[in-house]
Amino acid sequence: MLFTDSLFIFGLILLFLLYFLIPQKYRWMLLLAASIAFYAYSGWTNLLYIAATAVSTFFITRKIEKMAGAAKDEVSAHKSEWSRDEKKAFKERAKKKRRRWLTLLLIFNFGMLAVIKYGAFTMQNVNSIIGWFGEHGTLPVPNFLLPMGISFYLFQTMGYAIDVYREKYPCEKNFGRLALFVSFFPQLIQGPISRYDDLAKGLYAGNGFDAERVQLGVQRILWGYFKKVALADRILPAVTLLISDPEQYQGMYALLGMLYYTLQLYADFTGGIDITIGIGQVLGIPIAENFQRPFFSKNITEYWRRWHITLGTWFKDYLFYPISVAQPMLKLSKWSREKLGKNIGKYLPVYVSTIVVWFVTGLWHGAAWNFIVWGLMNAVIILISERCTPLYSRFHKKFAWSNTHAYDGFQAIRTTLMMGCLRMFDCYRDVPLTFKMFGTMFYKWNVHVFWDGSLMQLKLTAADYGVLLAGTVILFIASLLGRKGSVRKRIWDRSRVLSCCMTVTLLLIVLIFGAYGIGYDSSQFIYNQF
Amino acid sequence: MANKKVLFSGLAMVLTAGVLLAAYQRLVQPKYMSDVVEGNLIADYYNSGKDHDVLFIGDCECYENFSPVKLWEQYGISSYIRGSAQQLIWQSYYLLEDTLRYEKPKVVVFNVLSMKYGEPQNEAYNRMSIEGMKWSGAKINNIKASMTEEESALSYVFPVLRYHSRWSELTADDFRYYFGAEPNFFSGYYLRADAKAAENVPNPTPLTDYAFSDTCWDYLGKMMQLCAENHIQLVLVKAPSLYPFWYDEWDQQITDYASKYHLPYLNFLNEDKLEATGIDFETDTYDGGLHLNVYGAEKLADWFGGYLTEKFDLQDRSHEPQLQAEWNDICARYHAEVDRQLQNLEQYGNVKGEA
Amino acid sequence: MNEIRETILEILQDLHEDVDFENEDKLIDKKILDSFDIVTLISELSNEFDVTIPADKIIPENFNSADALAEMIAALEDE
Repeated sequence: MLFTDSLFIFGLILLFLLYFLIPQKYRWMLLLAASIAFYAYSGWTNLLYIAATAVSTFFITRKIEKMAGAAKDEVSAHKSEWSRDEKKAFKERAKKKRRRWLTLLLIFNFGMLAVIKYGAFTMQNVNSIIGWFGEHGTLPVPNFLLPMGISFYLFQTMGYAIDVYREKYPCEKNFGRLALFVSFFPQLIQGPISRYDDLAKGLYAGNGFDAERVQLGVQRILWGYFKKVALADRILPAVTLLISDPEQYQGMYALLGMLYYTLQLYADFTGGIDITIGIGQVLGIPIAENFQRPFFSKNITEYWRRWHITLGTWFKDYLFYPISVAQPMLKLSKWSREKLGKNIGKYLPVYVSTIVVWFVTGLWHGAAWNFIVWGLMNAVIILISERCTPLYSRFHKKFAWSNTHAYDGFQAIRTTLMMGCLRMFDCYRDVPLTFKMFGTMFYKWNVHVFWDGSLMQLKLTAADYGVLLAGTVILFIASLLGRKGSVRKRIWDRSRVLSCCMTVTLLLIVLIFGAYGIGYDSSQFIYNQF
Repeated sequence: MANKKVLFSGLAMVLTAGVLLAAYQRLVQPKYMSDVVEGNLIADYYNSGKDHDVLFIGDCECYENFSPVKLWEQYGISSYIRGSAQQLIWQSYYLLEDTLRYEKPKVVVFNVLSMKYGEPQNEAYNRMSIEGMKWSGAKINNIKASMTEEESALSYVFPVLRYHSRWSELTADDFRYYFGAEPNFFSGYYLRADAKAAENVPNPTPLTDYAFSDTCWDYLGKMMQLCAENHIQLVLVKAPSLYPFWYDEWDQQITDYASKYHLPYLNFLNEDKLEATGIDFETDTYDGGLHLNVYGAEKLADWFGGYLTEKFDLQDRSHEPQLQAEWNDICARYHAEVDRQLQNLEQYGNVKGEA
Repeated sequence: MNEIRETILEILQDLHEDVDFENEDKLIDKKILDSFDIVTLISELSNEFDVTIPADKIIPENFNSADALAEMIAALEDE
């Protein structure tokens, strides 16, 4: 089910009404029921996967917590008898036992993901390796239907399990509540990947009706729909056309395709997140922000702190740091300090971890080489700019004009274009082809396409361009205004009537300027395949 | 107190949005005045006097081939054509159900060409056949039966969902006829006074399967049953249109069905009927044999009126004052339209009067 | 404790010359140290002090100031 299905919209309205009508203590159960219904609608078998994750996580986190408690009791019981070293050794052993359970849980769940999402990819690659040796690769290539949102809920749940193991917070004792945390439906389509300590309190609170919150939440939902149906869905046919025929659409067409895709992905993904967070707001459930004006970033490192934030922080906390500070890594660092010099030894762990994290990030986005190359290219650019940081600061000290707003703007545009170019891997889904198409942008100067009417042959009419242009300007202005805090909140504080007018206007704009219904292909949100 | 205020604001917002959307919806719904005028046929019925002895249902072969004005002037038969472009058989059936909510004709005439379509065909024609209907169970069932895969029932309830993008295609007509269309038809008849001889009628291509689908037979059965329940005589006709081709294999199936259930079936393409009606495809069609022009439609009505009077004992009602008043108006408009089109033909070479 | 603190300050100053690490107590919250700095810092610290800093110690409270870092190292050495 998609955000744009009429069934989803009706279901949502019904849920809102019911949620505020039933007693507070039953509200989280209603959410659980809605989440199960939502998920079951996408296929009964999918329900099995998510249930497996919820059940395994529930029992193992409880087990880990009990073991930790027992170990503590044991230590305090022998407080006087044991020496410090004995205590330390016991704690180590106990922690190792707990880690075994955690490892089991992680292997089970990520193993499930590996088989479902990456089974086919792995087998294909094994087959082609066999092919190098002159044999025909004939290993069976499995073909699973990817359960909706698996990469989102699985990462969210595993983050919770690791936190429980790290004793960051006590585990959830009620299975129903944990199941709600795992399956909270607005997050199943495009994320974000929430943290238990951020999300859970709101989920179970069953907050009552609050006019301001509901109004602002509804506005955020409508804003998300505006981005999604008026902009992303409108430009999608052009994007699809431009990447469907790389022989014909080269040079400036490739540039156009890159720019159109940038707008499409941004509007689609941030719009989906707006809908999710807006639903949360109506229900009184704070959900983590996933974007912070990413196209205003001055460099790629900053971009990745502001785009798909929850994925970035997940990888940072649960992959980047653990492997950076793992014993083998520290040993490697020590060894290289001695053999290769102090400087290399100092930075080696960062470099290795960065490359690993981006390899995995690429893989997270999809089981294909284009995503892996995309991830590694990100890593390369990030590492190069990290190395060049001293150069940059000298540059900024020397040239005063490089500290103006105009230069900031230039940097933002540069970053946006650079990310757009990297995203071409995502468009063409073929590594050599992407490089080739990127190349045509520089040697094929068919600039006449911009004024000879070719733009009108891209499944976009003048009216479509009008809406897209106006919409992009509106997004830009909203982003500028948003730097000083929520625009919706400021309007509400100034005048309730104005706020109500804005809600009505947003609704009308979505309905009138949305690209939905016959004539427009209803597209799947791009991110729900991941 | 605070709750009341919130409730009130909420309702005010919903209401405002509703009113604005309704106003917008009116603007973007097609007006069918200058182009594809056929889009207004179905809705036009509700403005009629709803006192008809003969009801025609079917596709363009109905509403372009029979002249109700001729039936009235010659035989005093009050008739109405509930026809629409590519009207599918279930649409005809539900239009019959719909019409029976207002009146009970003595004879229902169904044109059998639509037996060839067993599945929903085309969204645009669906819209034209269904949207004009007033809301009733018949309309809901019609929507359910007619929708193609890409359509959603909700957009029939709220047409703005279908036409919302028309803001970029609005014409002067959309504003001019905002509050309603002007009558373009004559008891459901679409009038054309020009002529284009049938010369190059394409040869029929053989089909792999000539059997009509079960869905069509079901609806024909339902139609027959509904007529029987209401003591209405059902008459099956195949109008004299040369194209789309009416295969002998199809004709045989209808003939067999008609004789099995003792229904009259008139195929106006048969030699004897063509001779009796006197239709001449040199002069009596305006588009090379697809549809009759007003001369052909009058010839057909002339013969058919005689047949109806003789077989089903229809009375001449031309002296009834109420009918008289209504039909005088229709006839006057009809003759004026013929004159207007002839004048345009003379002046511009086309009936529309386009320079 | 003071010794630890001095060493930490040296390492920090090496990472960013132009930051007043002596007094700054919002190194993470103000985004002065990014994840790269943190990992580099950890690798340096474990090299200097012979402690292992597990991933679950990487929280803002432990990295916001030189004092906090020193306390964490002292606690880890103590374990």
